[in-house]
Amino acid sequence: MSDPTASNLDFEYKYGFSMPNNYSFRSRKGLDEEIVKSISFMKKEPVWMTESRLKSYGIFRQKKMPDWGADLSGINFDDIYYYIKPTDKQVNSWDKLPKEIKETYDRIGVPEAEKKFLSGVSAQYESEVVYESINKELGKIGVIFCDMDTALKKYPDIVRKYFGTLIPPHDNKFAALNSAVWSGGSFVYVPKGAKVPMPLQAYFRINSERFGQFERTLIIAEEGSYVHYIEGCTAPIYTTNSLHSAVVEIFVHKNARVRYTTVQNWSNNVYNLVTKRAKAEENAVMEWVDCNIGSKVTMKYPSVYLMGEGARGEVLSIAFAGRGQHQDAGAKMLHFAPNTSSRIISKSVSKAGGRTSYRGLVQVFPKAKKSSVFVSCDALILDEKSRSDTYPYMKIKENDVTVQHEATVEKLGEEKLFYLTSKGISKSDAEGLLVNGFIEPVVKEIPLEYSIELNRLINLEMSGSVG
Amino acid sequence: MLQIKKLSVSAGKTTILKDFSFNFEKGKVYAIMGPNGSGKSTLAFTVAGHPSYKMEAGSMKMEDKEITLLSPDKRAKLGIFLSFQTPLALAGVTVFQLLRIALNKKKDPLELKKKIEEIAKKLGIKKDLTERSLNEGASGGEKKKLEMLQAAVLDPKLLIFDEIDTGVDVDALRKIAKFMNETKDGKTYLIITHYNRILHYIKPDKVLILIGGKLIKTGSAKLAEEIEKNGYEKIIKN
Repeated sequence: MSDPTASNLDFEYKYGFSMPNNYSFRSRKGLDEEIVKSISFMKKEPVWMTESRLKSYGIFRQKKMPDWGADLSGINFDDIYYYIKPTDKQVNSWDKLPKEIKETYDRIGVPEAEKKFLSGVSAQYESEVVYESINKELGKIGVIFCDMDTALKKYPDIVRKYFGTLIPPHDNKFAALNSAVWSGGSFVYVPKGAKVPMPLQAYFRINSERFGQFERTLIIAEEGSYVHYIEGCTAPIYTTNSLHSAVVEIFVHKNARVRYTTVQNWSNNVYNLVTKRAKAEENAVMEWVDCNIGSKVTMKYPSVYLMGEGARGEVLSIAFAGRGQHQDAGAKMLHFAPNTSSRIISKSVSKAGGRTSYRGLVQVFPKAKKSSVFVSCDALILDEKSRSDTYPYMKIKENDVTVQHEATVEKLGEEKLFYLTSKGISKSDAEGLLVNGFIEPVVKEIPLEYSIELNRLINLEMSGSVG
Repeated sequence: MLQIKKLSVSAGKTTILKDFSFNFEKGKVYAIMGPNGSGKSTLAFTVAGHPSYKMEAGSMKMEDKEITLLSPDKRAKLGIFLSFQTPLALAGVTVFQLLRIALNKKKDPLELKKKIEEIAKKLGIKKDLTERSLNEGASGGEKKKLEMLQAAVLDPKLLIFDEIDTGVDVDALRKIAKFMNETKDGKTYLIITHYNRILHYIKPDKVLILIGGKLIKTGSAKLAEEIEKNGYEKIIKN
């Protein structure tokens, strides 16, 4: 390396990966301009991206931490690695994984190879084969599905046209941070009229940063197209990185439909602070299905900007908070055009001192006539130590709209538990059954293989065997 | 089958059941009768192990096994079944899911599904009722029928029917009673009721009268008829 910045960087050599570079790389801890530059340099990015990163870094420095939402005081920005090259294994031996994580994998019944992949012990290169065959199929209908770094190299014009236009760096401190140091994430481009026949899963796209800290995802659905994208998995993802701050931008053009499903189960040391936003044009449909099970703190409010007449936005979410967890999640719907409609259904469960907050904003701007808004947020509290709050904000600046808002808070009652236990069901199974029943309206919207695992995971959480 | 000795039970600060002793024998049908607030349901809940009912004294043995300290699910595993007076609605939980877990997933799911369908047909339960959230939007009679369905699948030894005849129309009651007779098969029935209504269909071997938390009188099926004719007050006087 002849680059002068390289002297600051520590190199670690790893072997056995069929990657173009057989070494891995990690920047030193903390963040400054030099590191931002070196990330861009390492990735051989165009100048505009380097400049965009530097500008974002400046905004990140200036922006204050949010003074609302969850407690973020535990984040130490100086104690974080901002760039880790994909081949850098985060935990290099199965034995070094925390016991609870290993046990959970066993109990969910994750196969050995998959376990190692999920826990970061190995990159599962076998799935590259799957990815390639899927990509071949996608190619036939003109769909592009790759990681963001590849997209920036191969499709710089499309990326430049959309990147950061929906979530600019000054949107919030963490969007600025992501814009400065992003790595990996998915790029999906669906051309006019194309309907992607199977859900695209980040899981297939394995040879890049899989569960990176600062993923950047960009999805563009051209007129009349359809795509369902799925990220995450139900098995807990162990990471030694304590901050996950992703940005997802989705552009849904006229008559197109995009569904984005997330099943988040980070290990309970992670601050999960994600900005997700979609823009829906005329008669477009955007659906977020968002399940948050893991992490220490999550702050995430998927949004839909309903820009075109007749556009529809939907957020279906589940939040589960156990001991030491705070899920501050919700949704944002902004109605800019007439005849737009939005629906938010939120189900949250708190247990063993966990805390869930529903935080939602629905805004109807003048002239968004004949729009309709539906918000329903239900909270289930399993014990006295746990907590649930609701912060539903509505700003309706147009008279000709239909607004419906429902909110319930329910305690898991002794009577229901007795009803089930008296039929021969153990208390923890009964709790699992009731909690799964409570979230069922959202769970039925997610693909079967995920929903089965999710139900199983809830049962595990109830039996108290998952931390 | 179920041996209860000197049982006293309180809920909150009130003692509801006082010094109740009785030996329920295997294969027999018992009617437990009494006016409102006489402690009938308390007896049912206590035997099933409801956490809100506190045992102050006494013992309960199911087939010679002391059950006082067992959790409700353990009691169920010993063969005790309680058919609820007001079965609760469970959002997002189907009767199939409930039974599958109650059977420890030991039964083949397809077989279980078939069995549920068969029994539902016999009881005249509409198909969609077994497929949606349990007891949600179901009528009184439908709820009681769904309790019967669970009992039939779980195949317990001792069944406590807490007012299975309340909130049920004549046709539904006839169907339920018919089903109870058909599936009797050596089981022990404890039928808790206000009236003689259901006892026209199922003849009890013995009738127990509870008043004010105490077992006042026991007798044959005739005792139930007497009550139907003369009310409880006369019984107390005698």
